Amino acid sequence: MIKPNQIVTQPSKSTCYHCGEDCKEEILPFDGKEFCCTGCKLVYEVLNENDLCSYYEIADNPGLSQKSISSRNNRFDYLNDLDIISKLVDFQNHEETHVTFSIPLIHCASCIWLLENLHKINAGIVSGRVDFIKKKVQIKFHQRDISLREVVSLLSRIGYEPSINLADVDKKAPAVSDQKLIYKLAVAGFCFGNMMLFSLPEYFAEAELLGNGFKKTFNYLNVLLALPVFFYAATDYYRSAWIAIKNRGVNMDVPIAVGIFTLFTYSLYDIFGLGNEGYMDTLGGLIFFLLIGKYYQQKTYDTLSFDRDYKSYFPVAVTKIVREEEEVIPLIKLHVGDIIKVRNEELVPADSILLEGEAFIDYSFVTGEEVPVIRKRGELIYAGGRQKGKSLLLTVQKSPSQGYLTDLWNNDSFEKEKANSLESLANRISGKFTVTVLLVALSALVYWSWNGQIALGVLSFTSVLIITCPCALAMSTPFTLGNTLRVFGQGKFFLKNSQVIERLAKVDTVVFDKTGTLTAPSQASVKYFGESLSAESKSLIKTMVNQSTHALSNRINTFLDGVKGLDLQEVEEVQGKGIRTIYKSQEIKLGSAEFVGEGNSDLPKGGNLVFFAIESSVLGYFFIQSGLRKGIKEVVNNIQETRLVHFLSGDQDHERVNLKNIFGNEVLMNFNQGPTDKLAYIKQLNQNGANTLMIGDGLNDAGALREAKVGIALTDKITNFSPASDAIMDASMIQKLPAFLRFTHTSRNIIKASFGLSFTYNFVGVFFAVQGLVSPVFCAILMPISSISVVVFTTLTTNYLAYKRGLKEKII
Amino acid sequence: MEVIFILIAISLMLAGSFLFLFFKAMKSGQFDDNHTPAIRILFENETKTKDKKQVPSTTKSK
Repeated sequence: MIKPNQIVTQPSKSTCYHCGEDCKEEILPFDGKEFCCTGCKLVYEVLNENDLCSYYEIADNPGLSQKSISSRNNRFDYLNDLDIISKLVDFQNHEETHVTFSIPLIHCASCIWLLENLHKINAGIVSGRVDFIKKKVQIKFHQRDISLREVVSLLSRIGYEPSINLADVDKKAPAVSDQKLIYKLAVAGFCFGNMMLFSLPEYFAEAELLGNGFKKTFNYLNVLLALPVFFYAATDYYRSAWIAIKNRGVNMDVPIAVGIFTLFTYSLYDIFGLGNEGYMDTLGGLIFFLLIGKYYQQKTYDTLSFDRDYKSYFPVAVTKIVREEEEVIPLIKLHVGDIIKVRNEELVPADSILLEGEAFIDYSFVTGEEVPVIRKRGELIYAGGRQKGKSLLLTVQKSPSQGYLTDLWNNDSFEKEKANSLESLANRISGKFTVTVLLVALSALVYWSWNGQIALGVLSFTSVLIITCPCALAMSTPFTLGNTLRVFGQGKFFLKNSQVIERLAKVDTVVFDKTGTLTAPSQASVKYFGESLSAESKSLIKTMVNQSTHALSNRINTFLDGVKGLDLQEVEEVQGKGIRTIYKSQEIKLGSAEFVGEGNSDLPKGGNLVFFAIESSVLGYFFIQSGLRKGIKEVVNNIQETRLVHFLSGDQDHERVNLKNIFGNEVLMNFNQGPTDKLAYIKQLNQNGANTLMIGDGLNDAGALREAKVGIALTDKITNFSPASDAIMDASMIQKLPAFLRFTHTSRNIIKASFGLSFTYNFVGVFFAVQGLVSPVFCAILMPISSISVVVFTTLTTNYLAYKRGLKEKII
Repeated sequence: MEVIFILIAISLMLAGSFLFLFFKAMKSGQFDDNHTPAIRILFENETKTKDKKQVPSTTKSK
């Protein structure tokens, strides 16, 4: 498509035909089109050969830049390993293999089109099927014609490299069980609908449309239809109630189960014994509405994953050096003492000692700090770091699961599930509720029997149990929490499930991780010290950093925003040290102290230094500190009003004074905290009776996130990366954290208010029930009215209050 | 009025068969992904007009 304004304003620039990025370094013309790198060109060539260029017509520049893709040929060799294959594939017979890959790069219609037309590139592939939301593709192929390894390298060749990590191989996640609920809901809905039809003549008893024979038939049909509801659709409630009673507790499901049993048995007696109509339609409606509530509560976010551990980030295979030869082996077969090779952009899979090479390790996904650290020969490199630069040789010191970071997952806290807070609001009330209802029912029975009317006594006893069946009570919680979950989700605060809301409401201690949570790489503060820079020097520096991808270069680049660049010949980047260029026949260097030859030791600490030197005389340096997130001060102050705030940091404590100045003296700060220390710290707080909320971002916080009553993982890109947690929050929404916390209290109040509403209904119902005046028609009217009004009430108040507090843009 | 018995039988069977069809659709994964098919349906037309030979081999999973 031609974009006229682009041509006018940028006549000299050309964009890549494949990925749409500006061709900065080189322009590769091919077939009348221009490409930014060989990777992009290669993808085009493959597609062109196979007549698949419609790919480029479905969306504009659908490809993604192929610059950083590794082109090593043997990196998929581990896919020849039979063990690995059997764990990766979904299905295999003598002819066909089915395998599902997760491809994070899927982002547009062209992606779907291409991945579903793989059979045109290789005849061995039968079909591909994309799930766009989950970013997955299922590929079916004949293993005789194409191997799994070839399939993966084909995908990689066309620019869609699947992400295969240790978790994929470790175990297959079992199919989700929430489908069962949908089946039950369908059965209950079907039976309820039909029962309502057959009960209709009852409601117009005076009309006498049909003879007595029909009445009986309809009642028997109702019994027939009630059977699947009673024996299948409602089974979850019996199980849950039974577990609660076994643990000597009462939860919401106990009164529900009691109600269901009374309704069913009394109706059977009523229909077969007395020849009356029974309450089967009420039973069907009750279970149908309850299941709808349950379904509404189960809001899931398919694209997010709340239970990722280090295995989701670690590679499946490593390159091992055996007798001078490279061999790609699965990570599970890696042993202590093995020598491994780690290349540029690859992850160090186990704690190891550096044997050879220069290590610039980026620990960003462990700590949140993205400036690589330098490690020398003989030093230990922790698992989880990513090498930026040339290949390294390492000896493995600990097995991948026993490292400094990964040892966290051997802690007990990962063994047990977080307690499904039995003392939740609904459960606490339902205990008292059940006792009261039983007392009322019994006293009605005793009262009538005393007066010699035993039949009426039994009737009022069962009526009380039937009419107080806590349908409305049981629905207020799921609908309020379900609505809150949705409101939070719209605010980019994604909760794992609705129980997290109740736990959040109780939080009294908030613990922040410092690096990456309080501070943000994008908010770096840059200061310049030394001789003042002329406009020319500024332009020079700007041009130099513009050509480097190093994190510090980017920060200086943003610092010099608005400065015009120069036309430089060649900028050379010395990996991990700095950048160098020749300008007006002078050597210009920008980089570390060692790189420019600076020996001064009296320099500020607590940040990164970048020196600027012309002809080996140092003019000055940039002092770069990771800055605080926007609005974080207000967030902390706001939370402090009602809760305790702690900071945890893996860094030295040189920033203590600085942080104290900003956040005040009441914040408890702890420095030098390793991953296990953080976990232990939270455990200690919990043992002292605190309800902790941990907010962290890196894998090193994973233990603390897990141990805390609620763990929130903060992430800059929601779909990207986050350690296991109860909730995932978009980093840009952190300002709203106090509002979210406050809203959890609001939703508790809404639940309480709707309890009040349903109690009112129950009082009215009990008033008639003790007198033995309850009829099926009465039940059939009161029951849906109470349920529906509670649902409407909670939904409207939750959404209205969220809108009023600014958590939501529209009311509904 | 006895005809109503037949009508009831028919209506129950009809509703029951809808329930059965719904189960079948659930099992076959029809509701697993309700976004991609919306995009997919737009391609098929395009490829048909472009190269007619390829049509029979286009994706069909079940």
